[in-house]
Amino acid sequence: MTEHVANSLPLQKQAPPQAESLWLDALRRLRQQPLSIFSAILVCVLILTAIFGPLLAPYDPNDIDMANRFAPPSLEHPFGTDDFGRDILSRVMVGARVSLMVGIIAVGLSATVGSALGLLAGYVGRLTDEVIMRAMDIIFAFPAILLAIAIMAALGRGVGNAMIAIGIVYIPIFARITRGSVLSVREEVYIEAARSIGSTDGRIMTRHILPNILSPIIVEITLSLSFAILAEAALSFFGLGTQPPDPSWGRMLSEGRAYFQQSVWLAIFPGLAIMLTVLGFNLLGDGLRDALDPALKT
Amino acid sequence: MNTGYILQRLFSTLIVIFGITFVVFMIIQLVPGDPARVVLGVAASEENVAALRERLGLNRPIWEQYGSWLSELAQGDLGNSLVTGQPVLEQILQRLPATLVLATAGLIVGLLIGLPAGIMSALKPHSPLDTTTSILSQIGVSIPDFWLGILLVLLFSLTLGWLPSQGYTPFSQDPVDWFRHLILPALTVGIISGSIQTRFNRSAMLEVLHQDYIRTARAKGLREALVVNRHALRNALIPIITILGLQLTALLSAVVVVEVVFSWPGLGRLTLEAVLDRDYPLLQGAVFTIATLLALVNLGTDLLYAFIDPRIEYA
Repeated sequence: MTEHVANSLPLQKQAPPQAESLWLDALRRLRQQPLSIFSAILVCVLILTAIFGPLLAPYDPNDIDMANRFAPPSLEHPFGTDDFGRDILSRVMVGARVSLMVGIIAVGLSATVGSALGLLAGYVGRLTDEVIMRAMDIIFAFPAILLAIAIMAALGRGVGNAMIAIGIVYIPIFARITRGSVLSVREEVYIEAARSIGSTDGRIMTRHILPNILSPIIVEITLSLSFAILAEAALSFFGLGTQPPDPSWGRMLSEGRAYFQQSVWLAIFPGLAIMLTVLGFNLLGDGLRDALDPALKT
Repeated sequence: MNTGYILQRLFSTLIVIFGITFVVFMIIQLVPGDPARVVLGVAASEENVAALRERLGLNRPIWEQYGSWLSELAQGDLGNSLVTGQPVLEQILQRLPATLVLATAGLIVGLLIGLPAGIMSALKPHSPLDTTTSILSQIGVSIPDFWLGILLVLLFSLTLGWLPSQGYTPFSQDPVDWFRHLILPALTVGIISGSIQTRFNRSAMLEVLHQDYIRTARAKGLREALVVNRHALRNALIPIITILGLQLTALLSAVVVVEVVFSWPGLGRLTLEAVLDRDYPLLQGAVFTIATLLALVNLGTDLLYAFIDPRIEYA
């Protein structure tokens, strides 16, 4: 016994590895990836533009100035003007708010409903699991944009309905991810311990399972934001999402289509805004995934 | 191949198709207020609205409407368009070939981009080639499909004047012109699809390259080309085909959008036309056809990779 203690002493003297939380550890790993830092900056710029865009925009985004139609990019109008002489930079800045708002609300809807369904399916199992997951398979059977268009056809045009449509379309992704994660932790000892002290199913699901499966859900939220922003842009491009005169990146591309040859800036800047935003969320999602689960990194 | 697996896959596809019919049927039921009034507008007379309500069967209980819609569907009757009066099935059959051509061409372009790019990246991980490919594929995944289409039109049609900016010529009428019209839409779908494929193919190939049998092949002195072609590529084929199957949904989404950008007369454009005209029977028919087509293609892909890899069973 003494010998055992003596042998183990040097081990005890070694500085134990700093115990960090999963999130602090992930943040440290995230900060080591240059692409993740770049994406975080992109996303921060977008968020700040969405919050302060209407205050910082050099012009009123809906201010018509027919004397300045199709003005090319200049110091006065860095992104040029459109067919109504409206400042494109101001419209792109204000459009950021629409894109981000649609993204956040739509993904919030999918994440809440999808995760709740996935949690229920994975935890309860049997018939509940079968019914929920088959319903998810059915929604998943539709190409995302097609289902969003069909839902918009039923609910009507407008940015609010676009949020609902996009939100419904992405529910199955969250349900599948959550269910998979629940299945992997359902039989863990701490769940059994919670059950043995008489915790209710609701408490086990919300207090014990959910906090332990948050990381894949958070990664999916980041990645889905990019899909949602793309979907909103496509719906607005089709004339179904944001309605005039409110600026939206997809809508701006749709309205400028007839004039792209003579005023190429009408096509460049709103498209670039969409691409950079989506790129930011995609890279951040990838970085988060690698940071939260380094084993997945290739 | 495992017969049980085939039967189970067939059964689950049937359930999905049945579910699709329900979702598609519900489109019209979700319309707030009176769908007949929504179609005809506020200025329509009460008699006309009542007549349309009767024609669409909206006066009957919902389960009865669904039953009769389903029974007509089983007989190939998708109703008539509210705008043209033409049978919906006829319109869909007219547009379907254009969609299939674009989807196939997009898939081929995607494979031509994604397969070599993914494999080359995996063979030289973290090299300048890999980094460039990763950046380009990340941009390809992030670029909105309709914007990419617009940029290609701006460059190849409006600036260089090499290719038509939109429209369609039937193959039977002029094969060369048909092909010229196909290039830009197929390139748009293909670049998006190829970018997604590149990322997945790289991962699949990297995983295979880290297997013990690859190390053994290298250790016994096989040339790298033989290791890659004979051992790695063959084994990477299964995940690559799996990815291809999973990717078809994204591919069809891109096709729907690209058809609108290039005025390509396929089912995607038909769907949007139906939405803008509030032509619900046409919308239901188009959405049902695309989703069912996708379910059947997914079934085919599943069976194909179960055939390639006999270890795959229904889980």
